[in-house]
Amino acid sequence: MEKESGFRYIIPALILLAAVALYPILYVIFLSFHRRLLIFDISRFIGWENYLFLLGDSRFWNALQNTVYFTVVSVSLEVLLGLMIALLLNRPFRGEGLARALILIPWAIPTVVSAKMWEWIYNADFGVLNYLLGSKVNWLGAPGLAMPAAIMVDIWKTTPFVVILLLAGLQVIPRELYEEARVDGAGTWALFRWVTLPLLLPVILVVLIFRTLDAWRVFDVVYVLTGGGPANTTETLSLYAYRVLFQTLQFGYGSALSVVTFLGVGGITVFYVKISIRGRK
Amino acid sequence: MKRTLGFYLLLLLVGFYCLGPYGWQFLTSLKPDGQLTQLPPLFPERPTAIHYISLFREPTFLRVILNSALVASLTTVLSLLVGTLGAFGLAKLRVRYKAFILGFILSTAMFPPIATVSPLYVIIRALGLRDTWWALVLTYTVFSLPLSLWVLTNFFREIPDDILLAARLDGCGSFQTFYKILLPLAAPGLFTTLILVFIFSWNEFLYALTFTSTPASRTIPVAIALFPGIHELPWGDIAAASVVVTIPLVLLVIACQKRIVEGLTAGALKE
Repeated sequence: MEKESGFRYIIPALILLAAVALYPILYVIFLSFHRRLLIFDISRFIGWENYLFLLGDSRFWNALQNTVYFTVVSVSLEVLLGLMIALLLNRPFRGEGLARALILIPWAIPTVVSAKMWEWIYNADFGVLNYLLGSKVNWLGAPGLAMPAAIMVDIWKTTPFVVILLLAGLQVIPRELYEEARVDGAGTWALFRWVTLPLLLPVILVVLIFRTLDAWRVFDVVYVLTGGGPANTTETLSLYAYRVLFQTLQFGYGSALSVVTFLGVGGITVFYVKISIRGRK
Repeated sequence: MKRTLGFYLLLLLVGFYCLGPYGWQFLTSLKPDGQLTQLPPLFPERPTAIHYISLFREPTFLRVILNSALVASLTTVLSLLVGTLGAFGLAKLRVRYKAFILGFILSTAMFPPIATVSPLYVIIRALGLRDTWWALVLTYTVFSLPLSLWVLTNFFREIPDDILLAARLDGCGSFQTFYKILLPLAAPGLFTTLILVFIFSWNEFLYALTFTSTPASRTIPVAIALFPGIHELPWGDIAAASVVVTIPLVLLVIACQKRIVEGLTAGALKE
């Protein structure tokens, strides 16, 4: 607006963010170099010991693997399904607003509630899924099936978000481009491949960043749906860290696990920034 | 554009996919316990309200709803208060190192909750705030700030500088300009932010699970995750509870679909 400094208006926000977000991050790094058992008030500096222990901890590697599995599969399927639904909805039709509202409902429902809903659907004895398929599968109790089951819940819950963003991206693509391409003889697939996809790519990238960072910290779904089981096949980094922190109360080692999860976020961000820079060239 | 039968069939399929699980939960909530273990029939033969009645007879359930409503409302008010001030500074005034400050604000949105939950737990315990609303209100306010600052800044930028400048020339101070001119003009943006922050606070789970320990401050997601039941889960009651706590969100989404879409896309697509 003018030359006046607006810094004093931002101060409350900055103080709060520094105190409740930045300080805890620094503190968790500090904690990760300590042996800290909360109940006994033990706190001792031990250097890299927690991290060295982590390297040899097979349960950590298992959780890391599960988190990568969950993130890669759920995010790619969400974007694929979201793109298909967005393309379907990208036209004027009666009840457009209502359709959009109904699609948003899974997104608005608390993750805990959706996980409970699906737990009942998956139920081996009385679940409607087995009834509809005429099967007797123990979806949440079989090691190979529990993770796909959890991924399905995540896809159901977050595809609406993807649809809404992609739809907004589709709607700013100028109609003339399609008409010109059609005049040049482009078919439906060619239109999608050479007009829609390249122009939508920046939005797809934003969606990928949002969804990947969100999926990487997955906690609610697996905590409620499977509790990390069976045989830790659905135990993710966040869930393992939570258990070490609040069930065995090892704040030092749990903090080291949290720091690694945090570093993963940094890695994912750098990865996407590099891709988008390369894309612009 | 063609609107063929195929299109509407596909639309119906998408609708069924999105609403089916919720619909099934609703049907489940209407079945007496004896029928829950029988399939078929899919639909309840004699629908019953017994699960809803037992739910509302349970004093802790009402308490938990009250907790969630209060925590989410307080959070929304505080987040909007701090957020509008900050967004005004960022959108309309001169700020040094603006890019750096915006970068810092956005990066806090990427902190995984698991990385901050343990130090915050230590702090909250030290302050004696464990198992209180304030532990959650403080945490939610801060972690909703990146969202509200970002969305509000985008909305404020769209308000023409000329209008604000005219107010300044009439002798309004910057704060007066902010709350007398800018805020009323940005009302739709405030409403959008309000909905997004409310939904975030209503649904949050990890902090709530960690910072609360009794029904005194427990919120809905925690109560549903820890639903009492030792051997067999009371599926009818859980279904009824799920339906009850989701109804406000469903109504909100249907009533404010445009605003929500606007907020989500403003947050993500404008750079």
